[in-house]
Amino acid sequence: MSDVEVSGADGAAESEATHPLRISNLTKTFGGILAVDGASFAVERGSITGLIGPNGAGKSTTFNLITGVHAPDSGHVYFEGEDITGLQPHQVAERGLVRTFQITRELGEMTVLENMLLAFKGQRGEALWRSVLPVARRRVVEEERDLLERVWETLELFEIDHLAHEEAGNLSGGQRKLLELSRALLTDPEMLLLDEPMAGVNPTLEGKLLERIHDLTDEGYTFLIVEHDMDVIMENCEHVIVMHQGSVLAEGTPADIQSNERVIEAYLGGEV
Amino acid sequence: MGDVTDFTWEQWFGVLLLAGVGVLILDLLRRLAVGDLGASTLTTFLWRGLVDGLIVGLAAVGLSMTYSILRFANFSHGDLVTTGAFSGWTAVWVIGGLGAADLGSRLLLNADRSTSARALDVHVYAEPLAIVAGLVIAALVTILVALAIDRLVYRRMRDSGGIPLLIASVGVALVLRYLIVFLYGERTRGVVRSSPSIDHPLLFWTDGVVVHELIMVGSAVVLMVGLHVLLQYTKLGTAMRAMADNRDLALITGIPTERVILATWVIGAGLTGVAGYLIVLEQETLNFNTGWFLLLLIFAAVILGGIGSIYGAITGGLIIGLADNVMLVWISGDLTRVAAFMLMILILIFRPQGLFGGVETA
Amino acid sequence: MTVDDPDTDPDRPATDGSGAAPASPLEGAAAVTESRPRWQVDLGYIVLTTIGIYVLITALGLLTGLGFGGVFRQLQTVTFLAAAYALVVLALNLHWGYTGLFNIGVAGFMAVGAYGMAILTAPTEGTTTPGLGLPMWVGIPVGVALAGLVGLIVVLPALRIRADYFAIVTLAFAEVIRLTINSGALADVDAFGRQLGTGGGRGINFPLLEHAIPRWVLYEGGDPAQGATFVGVQVLTVTNRLGIERTVVESAIYTSVLVGLVAVVFVLSVRTANSPFGRLLKGIREDELATKSLGKNTDLVKIKVFVLGCAIMGLAGIFWQGRNGYVDPDAFLPIITFYIFIALIIGGSGSNTGSVVGALVFAGVLFEGPPYVQRIINQVIDLPRPTTIYDAVVALGSFDPLPLVGYTVGQLANLRFVLFGVILILLMIYRPDGLLGHRDEPASPLDLRAERPTDGPSSVDGGDDDE
Repeated sequence: MSDVEVSGADGAAESEATHPLRISNLTKTFGGILAVDGASFAVERGSITGLIGPNGAGKSTTFNLITGVHAPDSGHVYFEGEDITGLQPHQVAERGLVRTFQITRELGEMTVLENMLLAFKGQRGEALWRSVLPVARRRVVEEERDLLERVWETLELFEIDHLAHEEAGNLSGGQRKLLELSRALLTDPEMLLLDEPMAGVNPTLEGKLLERIHDLTDEGYTFLIVEHDMDVIMENCEHVIVMHQGSVLAEGTPADIQSNERVIEAYLGGEV
Repeated sequence: MGDVTDFTWEQWFGVLLLAGVGVLILDLLRRLAVGDLGASTLTTFLWRGLVDGLIVGLAAVGLSMTYSILRFANFSHGDLVTTGAFSGWTAVWVIGGLGAADLGSRLLLNADRSTSARALDVHVYAEPLAIVAGLVIAALVTILVALAIDRLVYRRMRDSGGIPLLIASVGVALVLRYLIVFLYGERTRGVVRSSPSIDHPLLFWTDGVVVHELIMVGSAVVLMVGLHVLLQYTKLGTAMRAMADNRDLALITGIPTERVILATWVIGAGLTGVAGYLIVLEQETLNFNTGWFLLLLIFAAVILGGIGSIYGAITGGLIIGLADNVMLVWISGDLTRVAAFMLMILILIFRPQGLFGGVETA
Repeated sequence: MTVDDPDTDPDRPATDGSGAAPASPLEGAAAVTESRPRWQVDLGYIVLTTIGIYVLITALGLLTGLGFGGVFRQLQTVTFLAAAYALVVLALNLHWGYTGLFNIGVAGFMAVGAYGMAILTAPTEGTTTPGLGLPMWVGIPVGVALAGLVGLIVVLPALRIRADYFAIVTLAFAEVIRLTINSGALADVDAFGRQLGTGGGRGINFPLLEHAIPRWVLYEGGDPAQGATFVGVQVLTVTNRLGIERTVVESAIYTSVLVGLVAVVFVLSVRTANSPFGRLLKGIREDELATKSLGKNTDLVKIKVFVLGCAIMGLAGIFWQGRNGYVDPDAFLPIITFYIFIALIIGGSGSNTGSVVGALVFAGVLFEGPPYVQRIINQVIDLPRPTTIYDAVVALGSFDPLPLVGYTVGQLANLRFVLFGVILILLMIYRPDGLLGHRDEPASPLDLRAERPTDGPSSVDGGDDDE
C-alpha cells in the first residue's frame, strides 16, 4: 500500500518541498497546566500521517495551535514555507490548511446543501453589495449554479446526496463526519487535519471514509489524522507521530511505533 | 512571563486600570491636602458609597448565584428587588399603621392618596417590630414569587440555552413589574419617614449617624456573614460550588441538582427581597421601576466581581457603590452611572472573568 | 462569539427536516400554494396579516359606533407604528436572526440617529435647544451615518465576547448613550461657533418631518409658495375633491414614504439573506469557529452587518421621532428594545417575512389593541371606575363584579405589558420559532429546496431565483 519512503525523525532533511507542514517547539499552557510542551514534527506531502497518544497528550491542542484557534506561547508553525504562527483560523484555512473537529461542528440549522455551499473560497456573492445590487447579483446567481453543481457532485461521491435537503443537525454522527470532510474538501485545500474522523462512525461508513481518504492522497492531498482507533492508524498511515505529555515521544512507520518500548510504556503508564 | 512585552491584552488592561485608580487616589489626596475637598465631604461620600454598595452587593449575590448555577442572565432580577420592596413595606404599613388609616390604603401603600408615611409615623423608633417583620416578609414573599416563577417558567426550560432563558426572563420581568402596577398603581410614593439620627460625642467624625442607614449596614453585614458560614461549612455550599463548576459532572456524581436549584432560589431571592426592602428604608420612596432601574448596576457588580463568585459580587457591589459616590468629586451626579457602566463594559471586554478571579465558584 | 451551547433551539423537530411536520397554523395556506414562488407566498403572509388587522380594527370600531373618523385615525396610527417597527425589526433580524448578534441596545442606536438628525436640523435660534439649522436631506443621512458609526465603535471591541456578555454590553452602551444625552454635560455646548447641545432632559425641537417630507413630495422645492409638483397636482386635486384635510393628506404621505422605505429595506434584506453573504451570516450564527475554519473572515462580516443594522435602526429612530418634531431621552428607554424583540420573536427570528408579520401583529394588535379596546368599551358601557383594586375587590364581597371589571378595563394600557411578558414566555417555551413556525429560507439566490437538476449547470433548472 505504501509506496512512499519514510524519512524518519530527521528534521534537518525535511524541506518545504517534501513537507508542507512543519511545527517546531510549540508550547502552550492553560491556567498553569502545560498542554503542549515543545512539540516538533513535520508532515510529508501526499502522506497520511497519524498523530496518536494517550488522553491528554496534547493532540487536539496541537491541532488548535496549528490552525490558529489558540495562539502558542512559543514555537512556530510553518506551512508551505510560510510562518503561520498566531494567524487567525480563517487565515490558516485560506492558505490551504483546513481542519475538521473532534466533536463535529456542523451548522445545525442549515441544510447539507447550505453547509457545503458555504465552503467555497472567494465567492463573488460574499461581498454584500454584489449580493444585493441588481446587475452584480446576476453574476452571483450564475456562479451559484456552478457551485451548486460541484456540491451535488461531491455529495454523490460521498454518497450523502440523499441528505442534501436535510438540516445538518438532523444527521447521524457518521453522516456528520462525512459532511465535515466533504465540506472541508470544497474549500480546495492543500492539506487536511482530521481530528478523530472515525469516532462514532459505524464500520461500513468507516471503510467508505478511509477509502475516500486514500483516493484523495492519490490525488495529492496531505492528511494529518488524530485517531484513537489504533487499528485504523496502523493499517492506513505511512507515518505515525506519538505524543506524550505535550511533546513528541516517537516518530516512524507503524511497524517502528508498534515495537517502540517507550510508546508501549507511555500507553501502559497512562491509559490504553 | 516577567517580560513586559509578554503582557497579554488582559494584563495590559489590568495595569491601565490600576494606574487609573492610582491617579484618581493621588488626585483625591491632593485635593484633600490643598483643601479643594473637605474631609467631611469625603467621609460622607465614602459612607454613602458603603451603604449603596452593601445593598447592591446583597442584590448582586442572588443574581450571581442564579447566573452561575442556572446559567443565564436573569433580567427579571431587578423586579424581584421591587417585589421585595413592595411586599415588605406593605407588611410594615399593615402591621404598623393599625388604626391610623384604612386597611385599603395600607394594603396598597397609599394608592388612594388618603394617608401618608407621616400620618402613619413609619420609622424605626415608632415601629421597630413592624420594620423587622417587613424585612422577614420581604424575604419570604420574594422567595415564594421566585419559586413560583421557576416552577412555571424556568423549570420547563432547564435544557434551553442561555439566550432563550434570558429572553424568557425579560418576559417574567414585564409580568412582575406590571402586575405590581396593576395592584399598586404607577405613582411614586413615600413610605418611610426621615430616619432619626444619633448624635453622640463619641461619633466625632460625623454630625450624626442616620439610624436607618445603620440598620441597613447591620442587616447586610449579618446576612453576608451568615451566607459565608452557610456556604463554607455545609454540604449545600459544596454542592453549589460543584454545580457552578460543571453541571453535567454534578449530575453524574449524584448531586441533587433540583434541590440545589431550589436552595439557590431561596437564598438568592431572599437576599434580593431584603435588598429591595432596605433600599426603600434609605431612599424613603418606591415605585414599580425601583428595581428595574437598579438592574444594570447590579449586573455591573456581578461582572466586576466575576460571575458566580459570591464574595466577588459583594466586593463588586461595594466598588460600584463607592465609585458611584466618590466619582462625584470629579464628575457631575448625572454622569456617575455612565462611568459605572463604562467600567462594566470594559471589564466584560477585557477581563470577563472579573477583577479578582478566575473560576466561577458559588 | 463563542456560545457554549449552540443548540439554542429546544424544539427542533427531530424528524426529517424537509417540512414533513407542519409546524405553523398558517402552514396549511402555504401547502396549498406550494407551487408558487416563495416571494409570492411570503408577500401573501404579509398582506393577509395586514388585511386581517385592518378588518379587525374596522369591524370592532364600526360595530361599537366609534365612527369612521375614529377608525381612520386608528388605522393610520397602526400603519405608521407597524411600518416604523418593521424597519427596526428587520434591522434586528439582520443582527440577531441571521448573525446571532444578540444586540439589546437597539434603543441606543435609534437615539443616535434621531439626535444626530435633530441637532443638525433644529433651528439656530428662537428655541430652547438650538441646532445647526441644516435642511433635512443633510440631517437624515448624517443621522443614519452616525448611528452606523456608533455601531462600529460598539462592535469592534465586542467581536470576541460571549452572546450573553454581548447582550449586556450593548444594553449598557444604550444606557450610556441615553444617560449622556440626558446629562447636563452635553445639554448646551459651544461648537462651530454656535450654541448646540442635546438639551438634556429638555430635549430638542426640530422641524416636523411629517410636514417637511410630504411637502417635498407635493411642492416644488418643498415650498408651497412655489406651486405643486406633478405628483402634488394629482394628489391635491383628488383629495380636494374628496374633501380630505391637508394635514391628513400630509401624514398619509409621510406614512407612505415610511412604508416605501420598509419595502426597500425588506427587499434588500431578502436579497442579503438569499445570498452567499447571507450564508456567511447563518454560518456565524450556527457556529462561528466552524465558519472561520472554512477560511471565512467572520469578524469582517460581523462588523459589516452590525454597522448596517445600526444604520437602519438610526433611520427608524429618525422617522419615529420625525412624526413628533421633538426628541427627548425618555423616548429611548431600554423597554423600546424589548418591544422590538417581542415583535421579532412573534414573527420568528431569522425570517424577514416573519419580521414584518411580527411588527404588524405587535403594533396592530398587542400594542395598540388594548387601548383601542379600552376606548371602545368606555364609549359603549359606563363602567364604575374605582380608584384602587382594593375598592374593586371589596365590592366583589357584595357580589358586584362590575367595579373589578371597570378597574381592569381602566388598567388595560398597563395590563398589555403583562400580556407582552406572557407571550414572550409562552413563545420561548412552546414556539421558539415564532408564529410562522420553523421557516426554511435557503441562504442562496437559488431555490435550494428544488431537486437536483439532472442536466448541466448552464441549463434552466427548477430553481426560481428572484432576479
